[in-house]
Amino acid sequence: MQIGLCTAFIKTKEFILSPDPLSESAERAAPSLSRQPDPWTGRISGFPWWLVAIILVMAWGAYFVFVTEDYREAFEFIVRGISITVETTVYAYGFALVIGLVMGLGRVSRNLLIRNIARFYVEVVRGIPILVLIFFVAFVATVDVATMVGIDPRGIPMTTRAVIALALTYGAFMAEIFRAGIQSIGIGQMEAARSLGMSYGQSMRYIILPQAVRNVLPALGNDFVSMLKDSSLVSVLAVRDITQVARLHAGSTFRFRESYTVLALLYLTMTLVLSSVVQWLERRLHVSRR
Amino acid sequence: MSADGSPIIEIRDLHKYFGKVEALRGVSLTVESGKVVVIVGPSGSGKSTLLRCINHLEVETAGEVWVDGMRLNERNRNINAIRAEIGMVFQLFNLFPHLTALDNIVLAQRVVRHRSKDEAREIGHRQLKRVGIAEKADVFPGQLSGGQQQRVAIARALAMDPKIMLFDEPTSALDPEMIKEVLDVMLALAKEGMTMVVVTHEMGFANAAADKVIFMDNGLIVEEGSPEQLFKQPQHERTKLFLSQILHH
Repeated sequence: MQIGLCTAFIKTKEFILSPDPLSESAERAAPSLSRQPDPWTGRISGFPWWLVAIILVMAWGAYFVFVTEDYREAFEFIVRGISITVETTVYAYGFALVIGLVMGLGRVSRNLLIRNIARFYVEVVRGIPILVLIFFVAFVATVDVATMVGIDPRGIPMTTRAVIALALTYGAFMAEIFRAGIQSIGIGQMEAARSLGMSYGQSMRYIILPQAVRNVLPALGNDFVSMLKDSSLVSVLAVRDITQVARLHAGSTFRFRESYTVLALLYLTMTLVLSSVVQWLERRLHVSRR
Repeated sequence: MSADGSPIIEIRDLHKYFGKVEALRGVSLTVESGKVVVIVGPSGSGKSTLLRCINHLEVETAGEVWVDGMRLNERNRNINAIRAEIGMVFQLFNLFPHLTALDNIVLAQRVVRHRSKDEAREIGHRQLKRVGIAEKADVFPGQLSGGQQQRVAIARALAMDPKIMLFDEPTSALDPEMIKEVLDVMLALAKEGMTMVVVTHEMGFANAAADKVIFMDNGLIVEEGSPEQLFKQPQHERTKLFLSQILHH
């Protein structure tokens, strides 16, 4: 009955309407009232208000873009950088996946040398800020490597250098993701595969990796979103992604407010769409796994 | 599966250390082809370690393991070929959860035995029928009961046409009502003349199927003999004590 009284202030009507508060039926009904949240309250608390707010902000931005001359100009100028932003992200992500997989396998290798090389790479890259790494790769590493193999470093476009730098950075993050994924698979799986006569490589390929990758897919998806955002850093190499183009527009027109508002909204739109794709994939994966 | 009685597993003075712990302290054992050897003993006595040394899931510290005339050691490049001849069934089944029951059985046949897809699938179906769950071919391990999973695991090992089958406490993780279905499969296998080394606490199985029972304690073989000898007239005090504890339950 105490529970019934507690919820009475929400459910006044039912409480008063129940024929006899002391009757058995009322006592049985009371706990279920407290456990089941009011459908209205539940809907309010579960509703993604933050998303509504973001959509409103974007609608407000879109309104400016379509109505205000300055915003439209900024938008039309900046949007031309989208293809570079997307290309940089996709290529760098692709290479990072390969590097991450190789280095992740290296991290769990039984070979002392390979294991240490992989660890060395991961620790070095993770210990340097991305921005610094981009400068270093673009102006030091690429030049040295190119000279070493006999290519004119000036022939290597900045976009390529930017992709290499991003791929190397994210390769280290992904190596750790793959390592964690591989280690999340119980030792029994490897033993079962080996006991059937499969080699280490075959066991990895057919048994461990399919399960490991599935486990880390959400993390890999999140890294794609992060990569898209961090691709803005390549603007320091004058690669004409949306950030660089926005800077150019702001600098030449002095429309800083318009340029950076449009830029921010562009990133926000892309990341929100991508995040929801990742979430959708994650949910689908979860369903198919059951 | 010839039961010609020639030795197929020979273990000579096997020692195994885990760090400073000596799990095996000089074990010698011969298993003849077609025979069923059951290893019993208290936990921590080295039974599983001994079994796992036979297919080199554990590498011995000293001593020799010979399987089918081949010496297993660190430098043996043929370890995968030898393992393909030794089926192993684990306590926790270790089925591949991302593959259906049938694909669990097909995979190693394809990549190790290089059988065609059709042949491997046909053998897979036949093995599933043999262990009595033909209808579960397209089901994932997660949807099978423990007993069914263990039977798929046995079918998976059998599909490789092994010369030897190792069982590492195959019923210890099962609910009581599922133990029989797995033991029945193992009994049938023993009757067909499969060479088997079984670590188990199922004394009923040992009695019914074993040609030789080995009692291990503290990293050593204390006593071995036929089931009648070992269960009815144990010679060592340690064996008697262990059996009296087991039979109390």
